[in-house]
Amino acid sequence: MLDFDVKIAKFLEQFIDKGAYANVLEGLRNTMIIAVAGLVIGILIGTLIAIVRVLPKYRTLPRVLDGFCSFYVGLFRGTPIVVQLLVFYYVVLPLMGFTRLDSVTVAIIVFGMNSGAYISEIMRSGILSVDPGQMEGGRSVGLGYGATMMKIVIPQAVKNILPTLGNEFIALVKETSVVSFVGATDLYKAFRSIGSRTYEYMVPYLIMAMIYIGVVCIITLGIKLMERRLRKGDRK
Amino acid sequence: MTENNNLIEVKGLCKSFGDNKVLKDINTTIKKGEKVVVIGPSGSGKSTFLRCLNCMEDPTSGSIIFGGENIADIKVDINVHRQKMGMVFQHFNLFANKTVIENIMLAPVLIGKKNLKKQKRDNLLKKLHLKKGEPVPVTTTLPEIKEKARANAVDLLKRIGLEEKADAYPSSLSGGQKQRVAIVRSLAMDPEVILFDEPTSALDPEMVGEVLELMKELADQGMTMVVVTHEMGFAREVATRIVFMDEGRFVEENTPEKFFNNPQSPRAIDFLSKVL
Repeated sequence: MLDFDVKIAKFLEQFIDKGAYANVLEGLRNTMIIAVAGLVIGILIGTLIAIVRVLPKYRTLPRVLDGFCSFYVGLFRGTPIVVQLLVFYYVVLPLMGFTRLDSVTVAIIVFGMNSGAYISEIMRSGILSVDPGQMEGGRSVGLGYGATMMKIVIPQAVKNILPTLGNEFIALVKETSVVSFVGATDLYKAFRSIGSRTYEYMVPYLIMAMIYIGVVCIITLGIKLMERRLRKGDRK
Repeated sequence: MTENNNLIEVKGLCKSFGDNKVLKDINTTIKKGEKVVVIGPSGSGKSTFLRCLNCMEDPTSGSIIFGGENIADIKVDINVHRQKMGMVFQHFNLFANKTVIENIMLAPVLIGKKNLKKQKRDNLLKKLHLKKGEPVPVTTTLPEIKEKARANAVDLLKRIGLEEKADAYPSSLSGGQKQRVAIVRSLAMDPEVILFDEPTSALDPEMVGEVLELMKELADQGMTMVVVTHEMGFAREVATRIVFMDEGRFVEENTPEKFFNNPQSPRAIDFLSKVL
C-alpha cells in the first residue's frame, strides 16, 4: 500500500509545524500578482497593437507601426514563454542595465509582453466583430476616429471577447508555474520545496493541483458574473 | 457662402471603387432650406453620392465646398464639418453600448469637452505669449456642458415622445423608434443639413409612417435635407427638387411635379413606370 496516512502526516508536519504554509501563501500571492499584472499589461499592449493593426493604412506611419507590431507578435508567439523569461532575465534586461530587478518583476514584464501578443489578436478579432456602422455612427456626428474607437467600438469589442479574455487569464495563471526558472517563488516552487524536504512529493503536488483548480474555478465564476453584467445592455 | 445661400457645392465629384466608377463627374449645388430627394435604380450611386457629401466615402476626385472649405481635401478637419452635417443611416447605427439618452448626449458632451480643453490651452499659450491674441475668457464648465446636453437631449426625446425610453438601450427599441432616436441624435449637434441614407428601407411597413412624419416635421421647420429614398410619396410631398440618378450621373433634376408628371429622360420614364 502507499501508506497515505504517513504521507499526509509528513506533509502536515512540514506545512503547519515547520511553517511551510507561509511559503505556499507567498507562492500563491506571487502567482496571482504575476497573472493579474501580466493580464493588465497584456490588455494594454494588446489593445494598442490591435488598434494599430485595424487602422486604415493610407499613410506611411500606420504602415510602419503595423510592421513593427506584426514583428512583435511573431516574436512572442514564436518562442516558448520559458525561453522569453530566461532571455529577458539573463540577456535583455542585464544588457539594458537592469541587473537588480527581482524575479517577480521580470516575470510580470515578460508575462505582460507575452500575453499582449496573444491578446492583440483576440482584441483585433473583437474589434472586427463590431458592426462597422458603429464607427460610421460615431464619425457622422463629428467624433474623431480615436474618440469613436475608445467610447464606442472598444467597449463593444471587449464585451464580445470577454470569454476569450477569461481563457487567456486562466492560461496565464497556469503558465506562471514556470517562473521558478528565474528563481521566483510561486505555487509550484513552494510545494516542490515541501516535497524535497520530506522526499514525499505525492501529497504536496496533489494539493498544488487542487489549489490551481480552485483558483481557476473562482476566476471562471468571476468571468461569468462580469459577462452577465456586461450583457445587460443586450436584452431587457 | 452666406451671400449666395449655397450650403454645399459639389464640383466634378468622382468616386471609384477599384476599377468600378460609381460616380462620374457630378456637379450640383444644395441651397439652404432645400429638400433634395435622390432617387434611382439600385446601383446607380445614390448612396455613394450621399456618403461622399460628408466624406464618409472619400471622393476620388472633385471638391465639396461646405462652410467655405473644400471638405474633400484630406487636410481639412472633417470632424468639425460633420458636426454641422448630420447623417441618418439605413441601419440606424445607434451606439449599442449606450442608452438612448447617452446616444444623443455623447457627441455634444465629448465635443464640448474637447473645445473647452482647446480654449483653455489656447488661453494659456496666449498668456505665455506663445500665441498671438488676447485670452478669451472661459464662460462654461464641463458640468454645465453636460447639463445643457442632457436638457437638450430630454427636449429632443420629448419631441419624439420617447422620453420614457431615455435610459433604455437601443436593442429594446422598435425599428421606428431607433430611427427616430437616430434622427434626433443628429439634431443634437444642431446641424445645418441632414443627410438621410434610405432611412426607412430597413423598417417594418407599419413603422415607416412615424419616421417619415418626423422627417416631414423637420422639413417644415426649414431644415436642409438630402434624402436618398424609395418612398415616392414622401419625395412628391416634401421634396423641393428631385434628382434622378443612373449609372453614376445625375440624369434628371426637376421639381417633383414636373418630374413625376412629365419625366424627360427615357431612363426616368422607365424607372417611374416600374415604381409608381
